[in-house]
Amino acid sequence: MEFTEAQLERYSRHIILNEVGGKGQKKLSQAKVLIIGAGGLGSPAALYLAAAGVGTLGLVDGDVVDLSNLQRQILHTTDRIGVPKVESGRQTLAALNPDITVKTYQENVSAENIMRLFHDYDIIVDGSDNFSTRFLINDACFFAKKTLISGSIFRFEGQLATIKPHEGFPCYRCLYPEPPPAGLVPNCQEAGVLGVLAGTIGVLQAAEAIKEILKVGDTLADKLLIYDALDMKFRKVSRPKDPNCRLCGPHPTIKNLSGDYAVSCAI
Amino acid sequence: MIKVRIPTPLRPLTKGQGEVEATAANISEMIETLNSAHPGLKDRLCDDKGELRRFVNIYVNEEDIRFLNGKDTSLKDGDEVSIVPAIAGGN
Repeated sequence: MEFTEAQLERYSRHIILNEVGGKGQKKLSQAKVLIIGAGGLGSPAALYLAAAGVGTLGLVDGDVVDLSNLQRQILHTTDRIGVPKVESGRQTLAALNPDITVKTYQENVSAENIMRLFHDYDIIVDGSDNFSTRFLINDACFFAKKTLISGSIFRFEGQLATIKPHEGFPCYRCLYPEPPPAGLVPNCQEAGVLGVLAGTIGVLQAAEAIKEILKVGDTLADKLLIYDALDMKFRKVSRPKDPNCRLCGPHPTIKNLSGDYAVSCAI
Repeated sequence: MIKVRIPTPLRPLTKGQGEVEATAANISEMIETLNSAHPGLKDRLCDDKGELRRFVNIYVNEEDIRFLNGKDTSLKDGDEVSIVPAIAGGN
């Protein structure tokens, strides 16, 4: 595929970077990224990946746009309240960059559909909103050998990690072996989140995804990034591979997706 | 003296403070000391058997204590301890 004059101009600030160049831009145009959740994290991640020219973006979300989403979910607009989020997202991304393909999946991920959803994609961006789904996505990425860019937010705090056990790095269960039991932590509506925090972490997810596609720079494959918006502090901690990991360790006890991934609205 | 970084979800127990100080020779002692000053903190970090909960990590400087000596991991003056629970929001 050759770039048109308009595309060369659109991506000119990328193409003049040594780390990207024409070759890198072509890699971006051939890349396929699936974004789970067209909400707080998924919105900024999708916008920057679309702007960057990532050729195929998949959006997975079963919800419709709600007025209370608009404080942070910047894919959506006031006149789209009640519209499926994936459709609203598709319209926004197509208007930003008509060169790319946006595929929509108006459903919530489950153990039954996740392998089908993952099939056509290279990189998975997790913008989901509950522990059960996060552990399901981690486990499915491990079995499907997909690179996972994991971001999460709570009130004023964000976490980010690049997960690729298929390249010898730790999985999410090496970091946190089990989700908390339901009821021990506040549920989604009670929690609250600083809207712009979703932007900070979602954009960092896009940056990590682009670096994975381009194969440049250092990534968070063996680190956890923690961001505290109130203290204005970023810190990175080590994230070793757990030799006793139930999923990616030498003696796994999780061998498929038949476990309990029932969604509780707990953060 | 060590500095302990308190994550957002636990700050209601520390009157909103994001960082507290403690004197302790190891992590177990630190948890007891913190719990005396901020009652209820231990329950949030440890289960009924006193084991660290599996969705809460404690880092001494940048290292996860699960890969050091767990709750016996020793502390020295000037160490920075971070308590980092899993969070799952994204929507």
